[in-house]
Parts: sequence; C-alpha cells; structure tokens
Amino acid sequence: MIELFGMEWPWLVWKLVQIILFVVVLLVGLAFLLLMDRKVWAAVQLRRGPNVVGPFGLLQSFADFLKFVFKEIIIPAGSDKILFVLAPIITLVTAFGVWAVIPAAPGWVMSNLNLGVLYILAISSLGVYGIIIGGWASNSKYPFLGALRSTAQMISYEVSIGFILITVLLLVGSLNLTDIVNAQAGGFWNWHAFMLDFSDPKSLILFPVMFYMFVLFFISALAETNRPPFDLPEAESELVAGYQVEYSSTPYLLFMIGEYLNIVLMCAMLTVMFLGGWHAPLDIGGGFIPPIFWFVGKVVFMFFLFAMVKAIVPRYRYDQLMRLGWKVFLPTSLVAIVIVSTYVMMFGRPYMSMTVGVG
Amino acid sequence: MTRIKQFIKAALFLEFIKAFMLAMKYFFAKKPTINYPFEKGPLSPRFRGEHALRRYANGEERCIACKLCEAICPAQAIIIEAEPRDDGSRRTTRYDIDMTKCIYCGLCQEACPVDAIVEGPNFEYATESREELYYDKERLLANGDRWESAIAMNLKKDAPYR
Repeated sequence: MIELFGMEWPWLVWKLVQIILFVVVLLVGLAFLLLMDRKVWAAVQLRRGPNVVGPFGLLQSFADFLKFVFKEIIIPAGSDKILFVLAPIITLVTAFGVWAVIPAAPGWVMSNLNLGVLYILAISSLGVYGIIIGGWASNSKYPFLGALRSTAQMISYEVSIGFILITVLLLVGSLNLTDIVNAQAGGFWNWHAFMLDFSDPKSLILFPVMFYMFVLFFISALAETNRPPFDLPEAESELVAGYQVEYSSTPYLLFMIGEYLNIVLMCAMLTVMFLGGWHAPLDIGGGFIPPIFWFVGKVVFMFFLFAMVKAIVPRYRYDQLMRLGWKVFLPTSLVAIVIVSTYVMMFGRPYMSMTVGVG
Repeated sequence: MTRIKQFIKAALFLEFIKAFMLAMKYFFAKKPTINYPFEKGPLSPRFRGEHALRRYANGEERCIACKLCEAICPAQAIIIEAEPRDDGSRRTTRYDIDMTKCIYCGLCQEACPVDAIVEGPNFEYATESREELYYDKERLLANGDRWESAIAMNLKKDAPYR
C-alpha cells in the first residue's frame, strides 16, 4: 500500500470524494433553502417572492451567486487587508467543518467522531472569529459595533446551548452523534423532544423538561446564528448590516453562505439531538422510504420554522437579548440538568436496554 | 399575580403560537401581487401615458399647428414650428415633445381643439438613452398610428363625461 503523510491512498481518495460530494450537495441544497427562506417570508407578507429566474424562481439563488461573483471586490483603504480577506474564509471553513460529524443517514457521516458534540461546539465557537475579525479588519465604526454585539451574543448563547446539549448527553450517555440518533430509534415517543413512552411511566417526567429544552435550543440557535429576532449584529435599522458593511462581492457571498450553513447546521443539530435524526416518526413506509428522506425532511421543516420566526417576530432590544440569555435560558437549562441527572441517577437512562454507547 | 400570569404566558409561548397561526393564515392566503410583465392591472380610459399625434380616417394629420398645447404646457416640453403646406393648409413642420420634461398633466390634450395630441394608454416605453426620449413629429405620428384603436376607444368611453 502506497502511503502519503502516513495515510493510505485509497482511504484518502475516498475521503476526498466524500468531502467534495458533501460540499456540493450542501451548497446546492443551500441555494434552494435560501430561496425557500425568501419564499416563506414573502408568503407571510402576501407577496409572491422571487419567481422570475427559472420555474417558480428556482434558479434565483444561482443568479444571485453569479451576480455576487462578478461584482468588484472592494477592500477599504484603511482596512487590514490580510485579515479582511481572511475573515469570510474563516466563517465559511468553520461552517463547513462542523458538517463533518453530522450523520445524515446510517453510516452517512464523514467522520464518526466519539466526541462529535464537543467537536461541533469547538468548531462553531471558532466561527465567531470570522465575524469579529471581519468587523475589526474593516476599520469602520458600524462593522466594529456589529462585530462586538455579534460576539457577545454568540458567546452568551453558546453557554446555554452547551447546557441544553448536556441534558441530551446525560440521557444518551455518549458524545457520538450516531449513538445519539440511534438512542432515539423506534418512534417519535423516543425522540428527545417528545419523550412520551407510556410503557415506562416514570420517564414521562422527562417529557416537559426535554420538550422545553428543545424549544430553548431552537431559540438559542436563532440567537447563535444571528437570525431574527436576535439579528442585532445586522440590524438594518441600526447598524446597516453589522460586520458585513464593508464587504462586497465574493467575500460577502462567503459570509452569507457561512451564515446560512450555520443556520442549516443548527437545524441539523435540532434534528439529530431532539428529533431523532434519520428515524421515521412512526414505522411507516415499510422500510421503503430511505432514512436520508426523514433527515432532510426534518431539517427542512426546522428551517421552515426558522423562516417563519423571521417573518413573525419583532427584533429584541440588546439588553433584553442579554437578559434572556443569562437570566432565563441559563438558569432554566441548569435546572433541567439537575432534573435530568437526578432522574438518570435514580432510574438509570431510559434507553439502558438498548446498550447504546458506554457512558 | 399579574407577574405570575405573565410568566406562565411567556413560558408557554402562547403569543408565539398565536402569531404562528396568524402567519400561517396569511401564508396560505391568496396573494394580491400581479405578475406584472405577464398580467397587467386595469387602466382607466383617462389614463395619461405616452403621447401620440392622431390622424383623420383618411390619413390626414389632425394637428393644425394652433400651438395651444405649446402655450399651455406647464413644463414647456412642447416645441412647434409651422408653415403653410403646398396646398395652403396650415401644418406643423416640427412638433417635438421632450418626454423627460413632460409631467403628464394632460393639459395638451385638453387644450387641443381637434383632438390631435393625446396621451395614450401606453406606459411601457422606457429607453436606454436620454436622446430616445426626445420625441419628434415622426415618432409621435407613428405612435398615433400604432395606438389609434385603443386611443379612439378610450376617447369614446370618456366622451359622456366631458
């Protein structure tokens, strides 16, 4: 076997093919999700949304892509030129990097890390660097303010996201995302969002707690990805576009793709952690419906909710945002951890019979 | 007590669910948007759009170069020069409308004693250059020929109210 950097050739080529496939599928999927975002928003406002490019406007995102790419890249004279260009690249790379551990279907995962959840938290925290470097390197007031807000917000909500994930980890006893998904097999009453297994009455205590954690995770995800109602870093009426003010053309495009990838990632996280990943809600279809269908369906549904939230909720004030993060979400998730860990200590994990991953 | 009530309301996301239901109602509602280049909204017969110089049925141009429109034009967009034609009738040799100056007030067509200058129903005549919007007599007469049926119909519809 020929070796390169201590790795075997076929393995390397196979992984490269996987990565390219994953990136292409993600980008194409993202193009349609972006269109869906705009369409949903338009529909709520009684508009039609983009419908000129291609049938039903399906090619709108690709037209936008071309428009961005062919525009001039403007690098402000006072900016730190290297960091200015580096920032969007960091955002994009970290956004893509996290996807390496997301399992889309049985075995469809690029790297089945045992510490998958930790990896996600670590890499998505690095994404903040893209934003703060971009805001700082622009050498301009609004981007700087936007970057500061964005960083504070993302760091605050990462705390509550971490605690919410701990409740799931306590129940599953593994940091491996595939194990987490497998622990939720069997039907929607095994999903962490709806723990309604009536054959095991004492586990019903967990239902309100975990459902609440699901909702909190959803809201934290909104804040984490700078989506409305927590889009203060990009609040048009206050900061023009936040840290992206000085960006144009391809760098802006990279920022935008990174941002939307993070949103879809959060949808995927919700799906994997709380909605049973690729498992069907009921045993229907007789195994003819491929698991990837359920995974994509759930992700798209979560994305639909993200889009709806953008359409119906007014923007938070900055102090309200911080109050919600530190005074409501943090204590609530801490209480939930206490309840769940007490439950696990007293009754054991609800899935002990399945012998999923050793805790 | 109100604080507790408020807390429960906030904790159950009641307002959010209500808002979601409302949004879904609008989501499936019929969209009032007109798919413009393919569908068009209704136009009044009095709509004042692109100008046109009309002709009589026998092909003779209506304009007799009385210059009332030039005189009344508040934007001074119209320039007319006139000379007797070979058969002795008074006709314009130059009839220019600067469409970039025109404010579409419709006073020219009100002033015209022979219904020669009218503002037709056409509003889609955007051009790529400014020069193309300096209309001359030829262009206006061509407009008249092109839109005559629509203009005649509009005048007929509006006649009872004049």
